[in-house]
Amino acid sequence: QEKEAVTPERAEEAKLKAKYPSLGHKPGGSDFLMKRLQKGQKYFDSGDYNMAKAKMKNKQLPSAGPDKNLVTGDHIPTPQDLPQRKSSLVTSKLAG
Amino acid sequence: SYAADIISTVEFNHSGELLATGDKGGRVVIFQQEQENKTPSHSRGEYNVYSTFQSHEPEFDYLKSLEIEEKINKIRWLPQKNAAQFLLSTNDKTIKLWKISERDKRPEGYNLKEEDGRYRDPTTVTTLRVPVFRPMDLMVEASPRRIFANAHTYHINSISINSDYETYLSADDLRINLWHLEITDRSFNIVDIKPANMEELTEVITAAEFHPNSCNTFVYSSSKGTIRLCDMRASALCDRHSKLFEEPEDPSNRSFFSEIISSISDVKFSHSGRYMMTRDYLSVKIWDLNMENRPVETYQVHEYLRSKLCSLYENDCIFDKFECCWNGSDSIVMTGSYNNFFRMFDRNTKRDITLEASRENNKPRTVLKPRKVCASGKRKKDEISVDSLDFNKKILHTAWHPKENIIAVATTNNLYIFQDKMN
Repeated sequence: QEKEAVTPERAEEAKLKAKYPSLGHKPGGSDFLMKRLQKGQKYFDSGDYNMAKAKMKNKQLPSAGPDKNLVTGDHIPTPQDLPQRKSSLVTSKLAG
Repeated sequence: SYAADIISTVEFNHSGELLATGDKGGRVVIFQQEQENKTPSHSRGEYNVYSTFQSHEPEFDYLKSLEIEEKINKIRWLPQKNAAQFLLSTNDKTIKLWKISERDKRPEGYNLKEEDGRYRDPTTVTTLRVPVFRPMDLMVEASPRRIFANAHTYHINSISINSDYETYLSADDLRINLWHLEITDRSFNIVDIKPANMEELTEVITAAEFHPNSCNTFVYSSSKGTIRLCDMRASALCDRHSKLFEEPEDPSNRSFFSEIISSISDVKFSHSGRYMMTRDYLSVKIWDLNMENRPVETYQVHEYLRSKLCSLYENDCIFDKFECCWNGSDSIVMTGSYNNFFRMFDRNTKRDITLEASRENNKPRTVLKPRKVCASGKRKKDEISVDSLDFNKKILHTAWHPKENIIAVATTNNLYIFQDKMN
């Protein structure tokens, strides 16, 4: 019996599923698009920050975890914890 | 080199005399073509820097914990009405109207002021003179005339000026708004595809453009490979399309990647207004506005990538958004690829060519050598194998002069301007 020729795309799909068996069946679906819509989301939440500050007045503040860049959970984030915004004053190379 | 130098948009103005680029750092650099009487007759004028300014700054939306990039997503020029030039530039959230004007003379000979601006003691003034305008070195000034803000919850991907030259549209992932160029505190929502329950989200808007001649008509493309044409005369909210352009899919060919590679990254009307072109991951398609069920022409940009989709998904390249453009007479279309290659398709002769934008491989004023990628098997001399392609060297943005055979091609952080060899 003749085996049906596998298209290049299907072969690539098989490769991907072999590497990531838990990959969903709907790549164009909700999760994927939601990620796209949430570009730019940072973990700093000023509401949580101020609430936690008020609650923690009498308690010892938890110190930053070993990974100072990861600002989530019990660590109270501060504006200083956010990645530095770069200066926009550098002249474009094209104009140089 | 700075990451901020990454070019994010390229656009000629209506006459082709000016070329604007926007970058990741929120800056706009405008180039101007040298005037004809200054150039030797065997070549067209070169493009030199004319003006550069900071259009957008990075912002942080504390209410939503959202960082707003200053990267310029699109620039669109207004047609010239007087001595000044106007363009719209946009980042993810805010559109700005910029006025670019020249100053080449200044008044001199004031009675009450010194040349450096200091006021003179009026008692020392014994004679009166009439101030005159004297020539000065050309100064090009850019000033923001309008700021159109707070109308987009999601990220703006397109702006398009209407043929009435009074209104324009801005599109984000889920909505399209209509603005009047004079009015910044109000815009009309004309398309809204946000589902009531976000769990049901299946499709986003990827690009939108007004028809070049019909001021009531616009199109928008989606992540599912469809294009909807809408007529603003039909209703205030254009959620119901007038036409839906979609190529039927071969169900036996469907794979995990099908929908991702069908996502349209750019849509452009032809200058004539009779056709529109769409770019998806692997191809360029030309649609006749009178035929919705399939494109009239399809050009393969880099079909050899179909057998590399797994790794292109892993390194995120499969999500790269390539743009496309028409030449002035709508006879040739152009789009970018990887390895600093870009492709041109001649719609009449059906010939296509692959060229490379790189300094190492091209000396200035020499004719570009055509490139060829070897998909598999024995590689011929001068061919490049698919596995040697540099996927970090992507040409996403290209532009074609509206009248002449001059093209602008942006590599990651360099701009190349090529012109046709003149006899």
